[in-house]
Amino acid sequence: MSGSAIVMMLIAMLVIWGGLAAAVVNLRRSPDLPHADEVKRDL
Amino acid sequence: MSTTPDGVQDRAAAKRGAFSSRQVFIFAAIGSAVGLGNIWRFPYVAYENGGGAFVIPYIVALLTAGIPFLFLDYALGHRYRGSAPLSFARLRRGTEGLGWWQVGICFMIAVYYAAVMAWAVRYTIFSVNKAWGDDPEGFFFGEFLKAGDPGVDATPVWGVLIPLLLVWVAILAVMLLGVQKGVGATSVIFIPVLVVAFAILVVRSLFLPGAAEGLDALFTPNWGALTDATVWAAAYGQIFFSLSIGFGIMITYSSYVHKHTDMPGSGLVVGFANSSFELLAGIGVFAALGFMAQASGVSVSEVATSGIGLAFVAFPAIISEAPAGALIGVLFFFSLVIAGFTSMVSIVEVVISGVRDKFEMTRTGATIGVIVPMALVSLVFFSTTSGIYVLDIVDHFINQFGILLVAVISMLVMSWGLRVLPMFSDHLSDGSSIVVGAWWRILISIVAPIGLILVLGLSFWEDVKTPYEGYPTWMLAVFGWGVAGAVIVFGFLAAQSKWRDPEALSTVHFNEKGAQS
Repeated sequence: MSGSAIVMMLIAMLVIWGGLAAAVVNLRRSPDLPHADEVKRDL
Repeated sequence: MSTTPDGVQDRAAAKRGAFSSRQVFIFAAIGSAVGLGNIWRFPYVAYENGGGAFVIPYIVALLTAGIPFLFLDYALGHRYRGSAPLSFARLRRGTEGLGWWQVGICFMIAVYYAAVMAWAVRYTIFSVNKAWGDDPEGFFFGEFLKAGDPGVDATPVWGVLIPLLLVWVAILAVMLLGVQKGVGATSVIFIPVLVVAFAILVVRSLFLPGAAEGLDALFTPNWGALTDATVWAAAYGQIFFSLSIGFGIMITYSSYVHKHTDMPGSGLVVGFANSSFELLAGIGVFAALGFMAQASGVSVSEVATSGIGLAFVAFPAIISEAPAGALIGVLFFFSLVIAGFTSMVSIVEVVISGVRDKFEMTRTGATIGVIVPMALVSLVFFSTTSGIYVLDIVDHFINQFGILLVAVISMLVMSWGLRVLPMFSDHLSDGSSIVVGAWWRILISIVAPIGLILVLGLSFWEDVKTPYEGYPTWMLAVFGWGVAGAVIVFGFLAAQSKWRDPEALSTVHFNEKGAQS
């Protein structure tokens, strides 16, 4: 493989697979919790 | 404060079905997005449109049109909690026809998509003993499909009819199980299986002689391509067709998700997961094509192809030549079957869900009422000697002047006609990890329509100028323009019929003040 092909392959992997990893991490940090007003209503 | 009493939400979930968790929804959405196009369309589109340089328009299209459009579908379905027709009707009574147009498109796609899956099922078995011998092309069109001249012929081809019937029985069984146990569970089980099977295939392909030349052909950048409008249109087209957006699937699925779910955060995962699989498929397919080119002593450009030709002609040739070819064959066709099946389930669900909502039918009643006629149409048209021609024409026209056209029109109606984007962005941002603000409204109202209208315009011009693939004019008129047009007429007629439950459109079923819920 030529140098430019290897570089573009690595960039594609980094952006797309890295993007997936980042999206998963972001979602894991955002649990689906009921909103504050509804929690209060249940109390 | 919420304007949707929790009891209403629970009853609606019990009545319509629901995904048990965010994870199940994400798997189902990935299962829908990852389909045949990821495996057989993306690699060639990337190769043809600048190779490594295609990464740039592709990422730009994903971020400026694909993911924003995914959010638009999510907003509509998640906020209005209905199938495509019900969500559009609740948005504004007059737009219900757009939803039925999408249902009609899904009906048409399902009938031919099943046929391709039936072929893949047969080829998974053919791979074991390389049944095509040394002439894969002659075998596929001749011995297997028994294709005659273009036209319509009612002679049944038993080798297609029987697996096609089995595909429909499998679909019926899954759909009868319902939203969670059928639609959701199918993807939760099969998507990991697909990734593992395809990963083994990729690793095997990478160790074939010539694999590096294949990857070199795929990734060598042609920077000149970036100034070519058709390359950008190809990127927007690929992203659009690959993500299962704009024709009801994501509206339907997001109506089954609990109202506190982080939809934009989930959408990012779905969008990037779909592209991730596409990249993996590109690597696997081009490594195999590189081997094929080296084995036949030609350049990669002479063996590179896409679609039916790639799967049923080029791959069989690779399977015959490669060491442990049977393994490659079984993994490749098995992957096609699984990727196709999880997409097929989502396409059929759009129709079932639309019919259920409108006519207040039970899951079982609607499933049988939808799938039996669908299977009959499918068997009549696609298990005969003329099946492949009808399939090719319907596929091309329903994609361009069905999916793409309804997507562009509904996007323009929502952003410029009804001006509901501010309400949608409030709904999406509420409780989300991502603020869907002005950037999103600009992308959906200006950037994405320009990209998609470019794709649509180029394609329309091409089809008017030259008859698609040189088929007879009457066939293009009936199965191409005719089918695409009939679906539109059906959509707007179906919207005229009455809702069985007059309360279906009342606001108690969804949040009138989405932002404050």
